[in-house]
Parts: sequence; structure tokens; C-alpha cells
Amino acid sequence: MAADLQDAQLDLIRISIAGSVDDGKSTLLGRLLLETGQIYEDQYAALERGSAHRGEASVNLAHLTDGLKAEREQNITIDVAYRYMTTPTRRFIIADTPGHQQYTRNMVTGASTADAALILVDVQNGVTDQTRRHLFICSMLGIPQVAVIVNKMDLVDYAETAFTAIQTELKALVGRLQMPPLTYIATSAVVGDNVMRRTDAMPWHIGPTVLEFMEGLSAATWLNPPELRIPVQYVVRPDRTFRGYAGRIASGTVRRGDELLALPSRQHAKVERLSNVDGPADEAGTGENVIIELDRNVDVSRGDLLVRPRNAPFATRAFEAIVCWMGNARSVRGKSYALRQTTREVSATITEVMYRFDVATYHRENVTELGANDIGRVAIQTGQPMFLDTYQHNRAIGAFILIDSITNEVVAAGTVTSTARTDEAAELVSEAPVVWLIGLSGAGKSTIADAVAERLRLQGVPVARLDGDDLRGGLNSDLGFSPEDRRENLRRAAHVAKLFARAGNVTVCSFITPTEADRALVREVIGESFIETYVKASLETCEGRDVKGHYKRARAGELPDFTGIGSVFEEPKHSELVLDSEGTAVDECATRLTELINERR
Amino acid sequence: MNTALRELEAEAVYVIREVVAQFERPALLFSGGKDSTVIAHLASKAFAPAPIPFPLLHVDTGHNFPETLEFRDRLVERLGIRLAVHYVQDSIDAGLVSEETGPRASRNALQTVTLLSAISALNLDACIGGARRDEEKARAKERFFSHRNTQGQWDPKSQRPELWNLFDGRKHKGEHFRVFPLNNWTELDVWRYIAAEAIELPSLYFSHERETIERDGTLWAWIEYIQPEPGEVPVKRRVRFRTVGDATCTAAMLSEAATVEDVIRELLELRVSERASRMDDRRSESAMEDRKARGYF
Ligand SMILES: Nc1nc2c(ncn2[C@@H]2O[C@H](COP(=O)(O)OP(=O)(O)O)[C@@H](O)[C@H]2O)c(=O)[nH]1
Repeated sequence: MAADLQDAQLDLIRISIAGSVDDGKSTLLGRLLLETGQIYEDQYAALERGSAHRGEASVNLAHLTDGLKAEREQNITIDVAYRYMTTPTRRFIIADTPGHQQYTRNMVTGASTADAALILVDVQNGVTDQTRRHLFICSMLGIPQVAVIVNKMDLVDYAETAFTAIQTELKALVGRLQMPPLTYIATSAVVGDNVMRRTDAMPWHIGPTVLEFMEGLSAATWLNPPELRIPVQYVVRPDRTFRGYAGRIASGTVRRGDELLALPSRQHAKVERLSNVDGPADEAGTGENVIIELDRNVDVSRGDLLVRPRNAPFATRAFEAIVCWMGNARSVRGKSYALRQTTREVSATITEVMYRFDVATYHRENVTELGANDIGRVAIQTGQPMFLDTYQHNRAIGAFILIDSITNEVVAAGTVTSTARTDEAAELVSEAPVVWLIGLSGAGKSTIADAVAERLRLQGVPVARLDGDDLRGGLNSDLGFSPEDRRENLRRAAHVAKLFARAGNVTVCSFITPTEADRALVREVIGESFIETYVKASLETCEGRDVKGHYKRARAGELPDFTGIGSVFEEPKHSELVLDSEGTAVDECATRLTELINERR
Repeated sequence: MNTALRELEAEAVYVIREVVAQFERPALLFSGGKDSTVIAHLASKAFAPAPIPFPLLHVDTGHNFPETLEFRDRLVERLGIRLAVHYVQDSIDAGLVSEETGPRASRNALQTVTLLSAISALNLDACIGGARRDEEKARAKERFFSHRNTQGQWDPKSQRPELWNLFDGRKHKGEHFRVFPLNNWTELDVWRYIAAEAIELPSLYFSHERETIERDGTLWAWIEYIQPEPGEVPVKRRVRFRTVGDATCTAAMLSEAATVEDVIRELLELRVSERASRMDDRRSESAMEDRKARGYF
């Protein structure tokens, strides 16, 4: 078939658009739709009739997107509406989120599936509470691509200063949020400047037009977590001979023959057959709807999770989350709600409201309950175990809603920020990995370990750090540097690391660990979750760096058993990962190690 | 298939499976049109190798194109799916509704009553429909899982928020849901999908010669259910239908598009919307919303 009939390269991009009432959002959308040819003649004619009927001087583009009768009558948009727009390279689903009543709830709804957000600012009003609120929500939902559209530039004579003032204010503001850099666009939606094309009005404008920004978007900017997560949606069982587990892959890739772990039953089974919507397949990836047949009978039903045995999520009955309250009734501590996360539904109570964000100032306010449109941080406890990744790490797994079990209304939308394990739950999952960085003094172990720990923390992963120097300062202050003491130092360190890992922390340890025997000992104590990482640098390099002056003192005979000088460092033979710190930047080393950890988590 | 279409297919299959997982007695509302045919196709893919685990419900106004009924029966046979037919005529006979009269009479509005009585007779808790958000302004705000109260009514002002892909299908006794797996599809997406998957459609969708009358600038099939007005004479024209439903409110358009590819090419050039060919929408600017609030599809 001809290429233009199938458009093989068309990507689907979901955008949310928000602004305060009268910032010009509907006008902008109307113009985009009209000028990209999405409006049919009869729709335009209806628009003309409507405008004439209301006695408006010219056709009001804003009414193209006002759906409900009540909205037309009151001249406001009251619910999220979805618009569709196609350009030669992109297919857009635009969630048009109203800026009036229930603004927060609507924007959170519209933005929950968005790959990008457009936020309108009326240049005459500058940055308002509403703007700050919208940016806050983008940050809460982790939207990777955000543009601020400074509209109505025609009303300030297209003055660059008016635009840059807003830009400067917002740059300072978003510095306080976790957010990607914003794109700034100056427009007049009514006139059409910088919407579809550049006009002569703002020669100073260096940013893209709205359309250019949209066409430059990608659906693939989300963190694509490597770990396999398949929430079981439905068990297909037409007769005794067939039993398949249907689900949409939240992340990762599954192949025929893979060994899977079913949660919460913790039973293992192999993928015997796999099919996607087109029939039998050898492998399937993120976003695909699959049906999996396992090689043995295991206890699996809707709401369960299929994962890889060595890469299970946190099992917990208690976690913390940022929630946006949507119900009309306020949150009640201790009340039983239904919680839906992936396909899993459990009972849940809010055990504590830690604070509410003032979404205009970003201050935290102490409150004990949340009301409609509040965003706050809460602690939640569930009746049945949950299998969680943080939202930042895995959007599909870390998102949930709370439902009032009496009225069936959705009362809150939440994103998991951290998980706390209960003892019982700890038994349910494999231990977190213990990463053991070995290498000469000065090879870069601690620097890389710190960088990795920091990255994991940013992903919301609980981390513990153990360092040789620290341990020797306290727990092991009775030990010297004889081979026996060195061995004892490592034995204790390994046991401490194991305890940390068992409590769910990825434990990053930096110890010289000079001999193969030492490494075998540590491996033995820690077991399966041990990841040996060799930070490789030649003795000459390390001695040249000599950050702590140890080598100099060793050469002078002051440190008799110093590794590399007075005692041996055996070249490691069994490391899972070798990082050449002479040829590779710290950043790159940290990236490679973090990736390995995330695969094994 | 382009990447956008693949994503829309995945979304729809997910929604259809979610219906079966969350509801006890769902059904697929079947109109004979392309959208419900595409859903039937998606459902067969969603559960293969198992058969589609819900029946097809056809609310029959009695004013059908024969091609539609013949197509319906073949589809049911091929998919091995159960068919339930409820007749508007029965609602009329039972005195639940009274028939419109005159040349513009249509049973389209009466369908609502028959549908609601079918829902209660079959005790359905979810009806899957082929409506799409791009069809009409009021539909732009439709949810995937759209709640209906015990009277079958839609309240656009108190819709449940729908976030991520977490659908809330909890309900009280007597309430039900309408579910729209194709919400995010456009007319062009539907046709591109039909092309990519080689889905069979009623021949009405393709150019054929037919006796038609012209009324208010619109072409109508000259069939027994349409009462002529003075001076209206049927003329043979090459036409096709852009939407297919009740024969009295489905307008024809002049067209030479004989294949799916022709139709796509035609759509890429077309300047009027799909619903312009439906009489029921032309009655007022908020016609669709009013009908939806009463429990229409
Ligand atoms: N001068 C000027 N007026 C605008 C511009 N954009 C929108 N407006 C006007 O601002 C008013 C509100 O616009 P509308 O699109 O309905 O705002 P919404 O509430 O954000 O959807 C209308 O009267 C528009 O004509 C603009 O760029 N310049």
C-alpha cells in the first residue's frame, strides 16, 4: 500500500494543555486545529452560526473546543476534553484541561498520560498562582517535556522585555522543582504569531513556534525501566486445556522460556508459550498486550504481578506517596478506601497526612487532612501486600488511585515516592543487591560509589553506603592491617551489608578487598545478591593521584602493609563488572554500574 | 501499521480485556457499522485462542439495510459469538414509546428506550460501544469507562476522573457502564486499521449504484421506510455510506471509492465531518449531548 495511506512513521504523542481562564487556551487550540486542517466545513459553519447567534463580531475560535452545553452557556470549560491533531510526522492526543473550577483535579487527570505539557501564561498577568500550580503538577507527574507559552503578546506591543521578565521569573521558580528545562514561546493566539509560523511581529524570538515544539516531541523520553513487570489483567480459560495470563507489559521484555516469579504467591514457572495480539510470539516488550502460558500450575490471578526472580519490586504494606485529592469529601485518617494500582485492588488507609503543598508558593503546610484539589504527602497502609516501584522509576507501577468504597467515587490520584517494608513483606522478596567495589586505594571506588548511591536515591531507591575508612573509624576500630585483621574487617562489613540489603536497601560498599580469598569470603556471606565490581587503575596512576598521601607514607615505610606497596593486590578474576577508571569518566562508570544494579534489582 | 495505530490498538485491547475482568455481564453494542465491527475484530484478537467472552447486542429499529443484517449474521457465525437482538417494534407494541410520523420520522430516538430495556432484561452491567471522542463536541469529554445511573443516564458534570490506565468500574446495583475502547481513534485511524488488518465491512461502505433522493442538500437511500415528500423523485447515483446505522438517519454521499484504499484517499481530501451525514445531529447544536444524557449510545 502507498506510504501516504499508512503513514508508517507516525508517532503518537499525548499532550496536556493548561492555562488560567482567558489566557487564550481555547483560541490557541482552535487555531492549531483549524490551521492543521482538523476542522471540517460543517463544523466551521456551525461555529459561524453560533458566533453570529451570540452576536460576536468575528468567528470565535475558542468555541471550537468548548464541548458541553453548560460550558457554552457559562462560557467556561469544566472538564477535560480530548482533541486530535495530525501533522505529517506526528499524531497528537491533546488533553484540554480547564483552568477554572476543579483546576488541579482536571489538570492532574489530563496530564497523567501526557508525554508533554503546554502551559499558557497571559503576558499581561505574568506568572500567576495558576502557573505555579501547573508547573508543580508537571513536576509531580514527571512530565518530561514542558513548554510555557506566553500569549497575548500583541497586547504588549510584542515587547521582548515583557517576555524575558516572565522567563526569568520562571527559571528561578523551576529551579526549586524537579523538572527538565522548560521551552519558552511568545505568541499571539488571536493573530497567529509563533503558533503555526513565525511572523514579522517578534524578530527577537529565538524559540520554536508552538507547532515546531509539538513536532519536535518524542514519546520515548520517559524513563524506560528495564525490569520486567507484567500486571496480570485477566485469566483466559475457555476450557480445561488452556490457561493463559493476559496483561499489558508495564516494562521490560519477556521471552519464551524465561523463568518468571509470580507475586504474591512467589511461585516460579517458565514461559511455555507467549502470544501478542497478532498471535504466537517469541518475545514481547513494553506496552504490548500478551497472553502467557506457564509450564506448570501456579497460583496466579488478576492483580498479581509477573516479574523476573532476580529483579522483583518492593513488597510492602506501607508506603509514602504524593496524592492529589479529588473527592468532594475530605480525606479521613483510618478510613478504609479501595486502592487500585495496575490491575491490583486492595484496601488501604491513610495513616498520616504529612503535609500539604501550597502549590503556589511550594511551601509545606502542616495539615491533618486533604480537601478537594489539595496536593500533599501521605503515608498509606494496605490490607494486602503491594508490589511497588516508585513512580519516578516506573510510572506504570508507581501510580495509583483511591476509591471511596461506599460512593465508588475516585477520591485521589497518587504517585508512590518511597516504600517502607514490613517484616512480613520482607520475606516476600529477594534481597536488594549488594554492590562491592574493589580496587587499589585511589582507584576511584568511593567517588563512583557515592555517585551511584546518589543516582539511586534520585530514582527513589533506598540506598545504604558502606566504606572501608568509615567502618575502621568505629565498628572495626579494634582491627589493624594484618592479613587476619583485614579478613575480619571484610567479614564484618559483609554481614552488615547483608543486613542492610535484607532491609531492602541497595547497599553500595567500597573496600580494597585485596585477595581472591577475601572476595570469595564476602561473596559467600552475601550470597546471590552480590555484585563484584572492579574499579581498575594501575598502581602508577593511583600512586600518582595519591589523594590522601598514603602512598608517599607507604614508600617512606610508615604504612608497612599498604596494599600495592607492602602487600599484594591480586588481579580480580570473577568481577561482574570492570570499570576502567583511567579511561572512563566517573559519570560514565556510575551510569554503567547503576544500569547493572537496576537490572538486578 | 503505523506506530500510532499500533498504540491505539494496544490501548483498545487493554480496555476490552479490562471490561471482561471488571464486569460480570458485558455486551458489545452492534450497529452494523465500521466502529462496532472493528471492536469485534479487536475483541477476537484480545482473547484468542479463546472465543470472545461476551455477546453482541443489536438494537434493531426494524429499519435496516438488508446488507447490514446479512453482514451481522455472517460476522456472528465467523466469530462464534452469541447474538441478542432487541426490537424497537416490541417497545412500540408494549406502549413504551410511540412512533414518530411524517416524512422525517425516524426510530433513532426510540432506540434509547429499547436499549435500556434490553440492558435491564439481560441484566447487563457494561455495554461496549464504538463511539469516538472525535465524532462530536460532547463526546470529546467522554471517559473510557462511562458511568450510567440507574435510569441509564449520563451526567457529564459528575464524571469520574480517569487517570493513567486505571479504570474505575465499581458501581451500585442497577447502574451500568458504557465503555468506549475507540475513544482516541479518529475516523481515519479506523479506516487505516481496517486496511492494515483486512477487516471485512458491509458493502454499504463502498461505492455502489443506488436509488436516492435529495433532501436539504443531503442524499438519502430510497427505501421503504422513508416517506417521500411531494416532488421528491428517486435518482440512481453512485454513492457510499460514511456511517451505517438505522436506514432512516444514515445519509449517503456521492462517491467512487470502491476499496478501503480508495476510501482512505477520499477521506484525506474530504472537507465535511462524519456526523454531517447523520440527521439526528442536525436538530440542534447540543443534540448529541441531550441524547447522551437520556441514555443514547
Ligand atoms: N489580544 C489577544 N487576545 C487573545 C489572545 N488569545 C486569546 N485572546 C482573547 O482572550 C479571550 C479568552 O480566550 P480563550 O481562548 O477563550 O481563553 P481560555 O479561557 O484560556 O480558553 C478571548 O476573548 C480571546 O479572543 C491573544 O493572543 N491576543
